[in-house]
Order: sequence, then C-alpha cells, then structure tokens
Amino acid sequence: MSAGVGVDLQDLWIRFGDFVAVRDANVNINGGDFFSFLGPSGCGKTTILRAVSGFLEPSEGNVLIGGKNMKGIGPNKRPTALIFQNLALFPLMKVWENIAFSMEIQGASAKERRKRADELLDMIALSDQGDKLPSELSGGQRQRVAIARALCAEPDVLLLDEPLSALDLKLRQHMRTELREIQQRVGITFIYITHDQGEALTMSDNIAVMKAGVIDQIGTGKEVYNDPTTPFVASFVGENNVFRGKVSEISGTEALIASNRSGMLRARISTANQGKMRPGDDAMVFIRPEAFALAPASADNDHLVKARVTNEEFEGNAFNIFMEGDGGKEIKVAIPNLGQSFESRLGQTIALDYDIRNAVAMPAGEMATE
Amino acid sequence: MPTFLKGFLERNGTGPGLLMLALVLFWVVGLIILPQLSMVDFSFRPNLPPPEIGGPKDVYTLDNYRHLVFGPKGSSADYNYVDLGVFFRTIVAAICITIFNLILCYPIAYYLGQTKGNHIRVLALMLIIPYWINEILRAFALRIIFGQTGVLNTLLVSLGIFDQPYDFIRNDIALYAGLGYAYILLMIFPIYNVIESLDRNQIEAARDMGASWWRIHRRVVIPYAKPGISSGCTMVFMLSAGALAAPQILGGPSSLWFTQIIYQWFNDNGNWPQGAAYAVVLLVSCILLVLTVMRLFKVNMGDIGK
Repeated sequence: MSAGVGVDLQDLWIRFGDFVAVRDANVNINGGDFFSFLGPSGCGKTTILRAVSGFLEPSEGNVLIGGKNMKGIGPNKRPTALIFQNLALFPLMKVWENIAFSMEIQGASAKERRKRADELLDMIALSDQGDKLPSELSGGQRQRVAIARALCAEPDVLLLDEPLSALDLKLRQHMRTELREIQQRVGITFIYITHDQGEALTMSDNIAVMKAGVIDQIGTGKEVYNDPTTPFVASFVGENNVFRGKVSEISGTEALIASNRSGMLRARISTANQGKMRPGDDAMVFIRPEAFALAPASADNDHLVKARVTNEEFEGNAFNIFMEGDGGKEIKVAIPNLGQSFESRLGQTIALDYDIRNAVAMPAGEMATE
Repeated sequence: MPTFLKGFLERNGTGPGLLMLALVLFWVVGLIILPQLSMVDFSFRPNLPPPEIGGPKDVYTLDNYRHLVFGPKGSSADYNYVDLGVFFRTIVAAICITIFNLILCYPIAYYLGQTKGNHIRVLALMLIIPYWINEILRAFALRIIFGQTGVLNTLLVSLGIFDQPYDFIRNDIALYAGLGYAYILLMIFPIYNVIESLDRNQIEAARDMGASWWRIHRRVVIPYAKPGISSGCTMVFMLSAGALAAPQILGGPSSLWFTQIIYQWFNDNGNWPQGAAYAVVLLVSCILLVLTVMRLFKVNMGDIGK
C-alpha cells in the first residue's frame, strides 16, 4: 500500500450542549487505509467525519492530518474532500463542471479543467457524459461523478458519508467493489461512514465500531467479526446468537459459562476481555449461526446446545433453522444445503455442536437493538 | 375538447368545473383584458366632448402619442422634454430601486432561507406586520421621518453630523426610500422561497472544495435562486414604475413620477385619451424592458412563476 497521509484523532470529545456526541475517541488511521466508522444511526460517526473535514470544531482533543494539527483550519483549507450522503452535486452545472469545480476555484482555465474532467470521466467509465446535467444521469453514475469531483481536488484524505445508502441493493453491492478498486488505484486514505456492516466488512482495511459516541472496537473486518470486544460489537456486526449466564470456571483463555437455558457452554474469552472475567460474573457467549453443526441427540459435552425447533427457512444455499432461545429471542442456525430436509424436526429438540474457538465469551453488557 | 380541460371537469364535476372556469375567464377577460383593450382604444382617439363621441370627428389618430414625444401642436420645442424626461427618469429610478432592493433583500432572504429555528418565524413576522398598515400611512410615516424637522434631521443635527437639516424630500431620498421599502417583501419572499429549498450540503460541498463565500454565491446560490430573483425584480420594477401614492406623498415639489402625469391627464385635465396613451406607453415599455432583461439573463417565463 502506498504511503498516503494518515489521520489521527486524539482524545476527541464533541459536545452539543449537554449532549455528548463523541466521547474520548482515539483513532490512528494509517495513510492509504480504507477505514470505516461503523455504527447505528445517531452513534456520532457523522459527527467525527465533520470534525475531520473541518465543518465542526471538536470540544476537546485534536484532529491530526498527516501529523499536522488541524485546529482552527477551515474545511476549505484542509487536504480532505467530503462526499455527502446525498452527493450534493451542483444541479445547474454540467457534469464536467461539477467534477472540475475545485480547479475552477484555483483559477484553472476552462481548457485545463475540461481536460482533467475528461480524464476523471474516463476513470469512472463515464466518458462522453461530461456535457450532461447531473439530473440526466442514473443514481450509480451520479455516485461516480461525486467521487470524481472529490478526487479532482487531489485530496490526501477522502471522506465518505454513507454515499451508497440511497442506491438499490444490487447497485450498492456493485459500487462497493468499485469504490474499493478506486481507492486502491488512487492510493489515498478513505474514511468511510456507514451503518451497513456488510459495506464495512467488504471494503475496509480497518473498522471502528461505534455505539452512542463511544468507539467500542477498532480492528480489521476479521478481528471485529471473529473477536468482538463487547456484546454490542458482537451483536451489531453480523448475525449472532447470545447465551446469557454466569461464569462458572476460567481456564486460561477459555471460560465455562453456566447458561440460563442451554446448560454448560465452553467458549473462548475474546482477546480484549482475557483476565477480566471472574467466576460468578454475569457473562455472555456469542455463537454465530454458521458456527453450528448438527450433532447426534445422544451427544453430551460442554460445547453443545439443545433446543426445540420452532421454524425452518429455506434460503437456497442454506437452511435457516430457528429454535427456542434465551430471553424470548430465537436461536438462528444456518446449515448449508446439502440436500437434506429439516421439516420433520419441527417441534423436536435437536442438538447442535460448535467448535469452542467459534464461541466467544465476554462480560455481560448492552447489546445492539435491532 | 382538450384533454386537460376534460380532466379538469372530471376532477371537479361538470357544474362546479364550468362555474370555476367561467369565473376565471370573467376575471381575466372581463376585468383585465377588456379594460386594457378599451384603454388602448381610447389612446388612439381624440379627446372629444360627449356629444361628438361617435360623430364624424371620432377617428383613430396618433395625436396622443405624438403629444408625448413632440409636445402639444404648435409648441416651439423639438421634443416634449418635460414629459419624456419624467418618463425616462421614472424608468431609471425604478431600475435603481429594483437593484437597490435586490442588494438589500438577497442577504436577508439568504439568511432566512438557510437558517433553521423559531427565531426565523419571528423575523419573518416582523417583516410582514408593517404591511398591515396601509400604503398611504406608511408613506406619511416616512415623510415624518425624512421631513425638514423630522426624526432623522433632528437626530443628525443634534449629533452634529449636519450643520443644518438636509432636505431629504427635495432630493428625492425620501421617495426612493419609500418606494424601496414599499415592495421589500415582494423581493424577499420569492428569493427566500427558492433559497429555502437549496440543499445546505451543496454550500458545504463548495466550501469543502475551497470555494470562497463570494464564489459559493456566484456559482451555487445565485444560479439556483435565479427564478426567485427574477420574479422579485420583475414585481418590484413593475410596481415602483407604476407607483402613485409614494411619489405623491414623498416626491419633492419639483420632481414628478410618470404615473403622476398620467393621473393629471385623467383626473385634472379630464383628457382620458391622452392619459390612456401615456399609460400604454409606460406599460409597453416596462414589459419590453423586463422581457429584454430576462432574455439577457436567460430566464424563462416559467421560472418567474416559481
């Protein structure tokens, strides 16, 4: 990865009156990274982006871009370019004028601007569309124009505020790949805001998961998905089944949890919580739907869940089996479709086995609400 | 029957639909077009005593228009300098008032349109309430402010800024202020309406790309607000060129507004054909001027209605 310009947030607090939008954020974003802030709406991720772009002064702490403190530097003087959620293309300017607007500000001649705009139009595969108005393009094309417009300013850091949320599912998935490709081609730092964990996982080098102004975890997609630090991260990123209970025994990096409904469950303690759990503590075990495998009814060990099947869903490549779970919530299990059928098991109790490495234990805490 | 008419009648029912249509037609044709046409007709006829109307002398003539350009028959001057002078002065002054109003109202409209919060409603209300007072009273209030012994002069003299009272009325400052103030809302609200719908992100996007405030307005806000600006300017220009009360009350003794001459022809001299000719000239000139300016700034007629 090329050595782009990094962004650091140091002890960042942002308050609106009594409301704390961002609480003590500390993030180091490497140059050239595709970095995502992932969280539900209202968690403060857009606020962080506005602080990086300069539209908002932090209440406390610093924003550093390329090691340089940005305090008191306005959005028009920062080496960042922001792509708005609604794109904010200028409706009365032609596409090429939109793209080259930043050059117009620098006083470039119309000829230079047109040349650069055409280069960028080639890059986003919209050659010959420069003379149209934004309203004459499709949603995906407008999306690409917004990216080209931001890149034209040759920013060191590109900030994207949920730019895909207005697109339909298919286009959104396509644009994920495209955004990632563009990022790798230009090699600058991308900071991406999203509430869609799928987007964050597929595109990002690193993800910061946020809840109510607090960054719960920073890590690669795999780390965040496989080794969550808090119940919030475990339940927000991807689908997860929770088993509540009390710690019964700790052995090294593993814990034996006496679950409320499913007996003794052995699980790996997530890395960040090792050494923090004591016998008797309230605990949660998270096991992903895909981590289960059917076990013989006679099986009996400490990595086994037994529950009554309430519903079955055929999804083509997999069966989703729902079972009576903890606290009114169903346990969801995904079994690959290998030609078998589960219809006859409705209402019966089945046993499911899991690998202890795929079950994550951590102290009980607040989960993401759906 | 055209489809839009059919649709209209189907939506509203034939009876009520026809009634509405008839009322609108009566309004447009009976109250606007026909009286104006009759004024045009008047303007081409000689001023005759009632018994002779319809008689052999009642023929179409250009005399009334000739009078505006060349003065009364037998006069020694080449042109009717007085009336033409008043005419052009009125047009130029109306243009100046329009430009002044635009410069004054655009920032207000921008602020109202782009700021959120309850205080905006209070501000808008404060702009509207003075217009509950009728035009004549407002004009007299300005006379009190601008008079020789008025509020402004008393203040300026007592502060020592002027040695002696300044004659705001003779110098037409009171008139321009009065006309400017009279139509301020007609400038603010069309612009406010458009700017209110401008996405704030566009302004931020331009700022993010390094644009100065001046450039943001020139390239993003003003092009977007153009329909509102043109509709505001058109109304202010038309109404100030055609104003009568403010010039009567606030005009200096030596300065006339063109409408005052028209008024004199109709009322004081009882010469309706002559007055009609002057009025037609004013109306047509104003319309032509507005159309030319719209052409110049590439504004469509449809935009004005926005």
